[in-house]
Amino acid sequence: MPTLTIDGREITVEPGCNLIEAARRLGIEVPHYCYHPALSVVGQCRLCMVELEGQGKLQIGCYTRAADGMVVHTRTPKVLETRQAIMEFHLINHPLDCPVCDQSGECWLQIYYMQHGLYEPRMVEDKVHKPKAVPLGPHVILDAERCILCSRCTRFCDEVTGTGELGIFNRGDHSEIGLFPGRVLDNPYSGNVVDICPVGALTDRDFRFRVRVWYLDRTRSVCPGCSRGCNIEIHTNTRRPHQSKAQRVARLKPRFNAEVNRWWLCDEGRYGHGLIDAPDRLLDPALREDGYRPRRWEETLPVLAERLRGYRPEECGALLSPRLPNEELYLARRLFVDTLGWHSDFRVPPRAPGYEDDFLIRADKNPNTRGAELIGLGPGPDRLDTAGMLEAARTGRLRCLWVFGHDLLDSGLPAAEVQAALEALDCLVFQGTNANRTSRLAHLVLPSATYAEKEGTFTNFEGRIQRFWRAVPPLGQSLPDGEILVRVARALGQEWGSRSSEELFRELAGAVPAFAGLTYRELGEQGRLAAVEAALQ
Amino acid sequence: MAARERLLTRNFDLPDSHRLETYHRNGGYEALRKALAMAPAAITEEVRRANLRGLGGAGFGTGMKWGFVPKVTGGKPVYLVVNADEGEPGTFKDRHLLERAPHLVLEGMAITAFAVGARRAFVYIRGEYVRPYRTLAAAIEEAARANLLGPDILGSGFDLEITLHRGAGAYICGEETGLLESLEGKKGWPRLKPPFPAVVGAFGCPTVINNVETLALVPPIIARGAEWFAGLGTNTQGGTRIYSVSGHVRRPGPYELPVSATLRELIEEAGGVRDGHRLKAVVPGGSSAAILRAEEIDCTLDVDGLKAAGSMAGSAGVVVMDETTCIVEALYVVARFYAHESCGQCTPCRESTGWIYRVVGRILQGKGRPEDPDQILDIARKGLGTTICAFYDGAVGPYLSYIEKFRPEFDHHIRTGGCDVQPGRVPVLTGH
Repeated sequence: MPTLTIDGREITVEPGCNLIEAARRLGIEVPHYCYHPALSVVGQCRLCMVELEGQGKLQIGCYTRAADGMVVHTRTPKVLETRQAIMEFHLINHPLDCPVCDQSGECWLQIYYMQHGLYEPRMVEDKVHKPKAVPLGPHVILDAERCILCSRCTRFCDEVTGTGELGIFNRGDHSEIGLFPGRVLDNPYSGNVVDICPVGALTDRDFRFRVRVWYLDRTRSVCPGCSRGCNIEIHTNTRRPHQSKAQRVARLKPRFNAEVNRWWLCDEGRYGHGLIDAPDRLLDPALREDGYRPRRWEETLPVLAERLRGYRPEECGALLSPRLPNEELYLARRLFVDTLGWHSDFRVPPRAPGYEDDFLIRADKNPNTRGAELIGLGPGPDRLDTAGMLEAARTGRLRCLWVFGHDLLDSGLPAAEVQAALEALDCLVFQGTNANRTSRLAHLVLPSATYAEKEGTFTNFEGRIQRFWRAVPPLGQSLPDGEILVRVARALGQEWGSRSSEELFRELAGAVPAFAGLTYRELGEQGRLAAVEAALQ
Repeated sequence: MAARERLLTRNFDLPDSHRLETYHRNGGYEALRKALAMAPAAITEEVRRANLRGLGGAGFGTGMKWGFVPKVTGGKPVYLVVNADEGEPGTFKDRHLLERAPHLVLEGMAITAFAVGARRAFVYIRGEYVRPYRTLAAAIEEAARANLLGPDILGSGFDLEITLHRGAGAYICGEETGLLESLEGKKGWPRLKPPFPAVVGAFGCPTVINNVETLALVPPIIARGAEWFAGLGTNTQGGTRIYSVSGHVRRPGPYELPVSATLRELIEEAGGVRDGHRLKAVVPGGSSAAILRAEEIDCTLDVDGLKAAGSMAGSAGVVVMDETTCIVEALYVVARFYAHESCGQCTPCRESTGWIYRVVGRILQGKGRPEDPDQILDIARKGLGTTICAFYDGAVGPYLSYIEKFRPEFDHHIRTGGCDVQPGRVPVLTGH
């Protein structure tokens, strides 16, 4: 374990640690462009120069490993002068088109110029011109003039995805990033090159020209796209709504979690936020009997309660969703299983097996299947599972079915049989965020909030319980599913109070062994593993 | 001047000097025969004591370089790579060696491979060198037929297989690690060091990489001994080398002289400055070497002699300029070369070679500003020593020296918009 001194402060780091990382732990930033902790070290940008006592030439921090007794200086006049010069080299051919650049406001050329540049510009020659606005694939667009050739994107495609679409072509100041002939940047993780691009060379086609980044609000969340549970940030624009055509969610960005997704997010997850502000969002409670005219909750819930009182428990089923957070699944169990004694399940087979790979993407496209299992929402003794409930519906033994979000007509279940079952029901309640073919058959439609509009926790496939936070208020009259359940319980005469999601989690932790002892505080921002093994025994 | 010895060019003027028969007739491959009876370590020691220094440009001690190959390689083969990517402007010695003395090079390769434990050698040859390539390829065939290459050379049990690899026209692929990348089929970008090639070289294996001419001097060292070879040169560099003399001399061409000769003697050897003209400046070691003024040519031509003179021996490409040369235009030509050939990997080199080229071009167009020369000096100095390889420091050699030594010419261009050397001449400006 080498112990070294950086700017007069001592630190001990693990063998192999480079000087950028060692300094970072002391809160000292050594500016850099090409270095990224997930990628190979190439030492190309030359910005991370530091001075080592006993060495005449400055050394690059990225490629210099901490050694015992090393004395490093990151702010000597020589270092600062070299940094300034290298900033100038990075910028001489840069188009300085910040006013029309999407990276503006989160651009490391801007940030480092202000921190380490601040020279008087003296480049009066014509700049080198390169291709602009070149689509590299479905999600990423290139402005080669803004590129500083740090090669992070090419290394990402070579080293992380192994797909190798990108290369650096030509030489000298005519060098440019580009696609190899016949290739398209369409690997399942292509959007990450935009995140690691320190400048405005690679931007997101989905986000381009939508909103200036300084108008965005950032909320920690968890991607609901599959059972991996990649940590994300939801970037929302509510301050300049006219700039983004009523799309409150402007983009999703990966959030570092060493145990889950590190720095990365797949394209499916990244660009899957459209549902949140989609035109097919369910905004108002509605009844089929009056042509789904928008109603208020106060006039809808009594109707629902009245209907439910007409059935015996064994005539009713709840088809819960592994897309709901643990807290709401816990409430659902209390209501449908513990209080009402209904049949319940949450599993609906997908139409086709989901894509998965050996990196992040999981075949199970639900964020909380493991949570639903742990909380015990599968059919209990003498209770029907999904197929059983549908079969019972067809034969008239089940009269009321409450579907949470699933489109049963677009699933792995035989469509004709599902259709027959749904049509035979006396009461089909659909509770969900977006309309689908199942909701269009429902007698009652209850609009619920998306994951971005509420808080809670998901349990990923390996049992990691992770919090997500509310980014925007629920759209229209939609409510978090848990709040709907509380109101329904009250309409049915239960004396349920509204509780915060944190309180619900505490209750859940007391009731479900896998969650025992956990609190929101303990989950923190990066989550904790549930006692899965113990719980499944 | 020391007694005239020609180790490299001895057979250059013989008819069919490139043929094995001619080489054999003149004592060729006797050194290999002798070496194969020696202990490999003894060969390395002999070369070290001979003070042979790398002649590709860096001037590193050859025997020491060979000594860096690990004794234990963990089952990995050791490779010998020959740098025949002669690209330094003003340098053409390796071309002459490959065309006129290919067997001398091959014999040097065989001895070196035997000394460092390599059974496989690669020759990375400049793509434009078509005739040298063909000559060398033919020589390899001749040697293989004569059991001087291939399996069990001369019954010694030593095998050597040689692969010729042609470059694709990039100067940077003459930088040894850029060369290795290119040889492996990658973009020719120099590598971060350490590790050095002796430890991790071609295809991840320990590799000795030497210039053509360096290897061609190994047979005479083995044949006649380290003391004799060292005695031809200075205290820190032995032997002779080929100086590629070009420019305003009566007889441009390759000249072999002991490294202890002076620059003045070399220019005289090439017939002196052309009739009716006088010397203005000399670039002594290829385009990356700092320029010397006419009064600075009494230095010796060895690595340390030229270093003491403020320049470098480099690849011994000697460009002689008489009083008709516009130094601003000369710098423009050199700056264009470096802007064109910068590999683009490191930011300071990628950006400032193009920047300086454009500033010099503007001065040449008569649009210079008084602050331009100092600005070039400042840009060059700030980038110095900040890059992965020596390419940029090589470019800085001319940037600084042309301006520092001929500052009045730059100022004249800027002040008058024209040239005082060749009044009225309109320079041809080209893009790169």
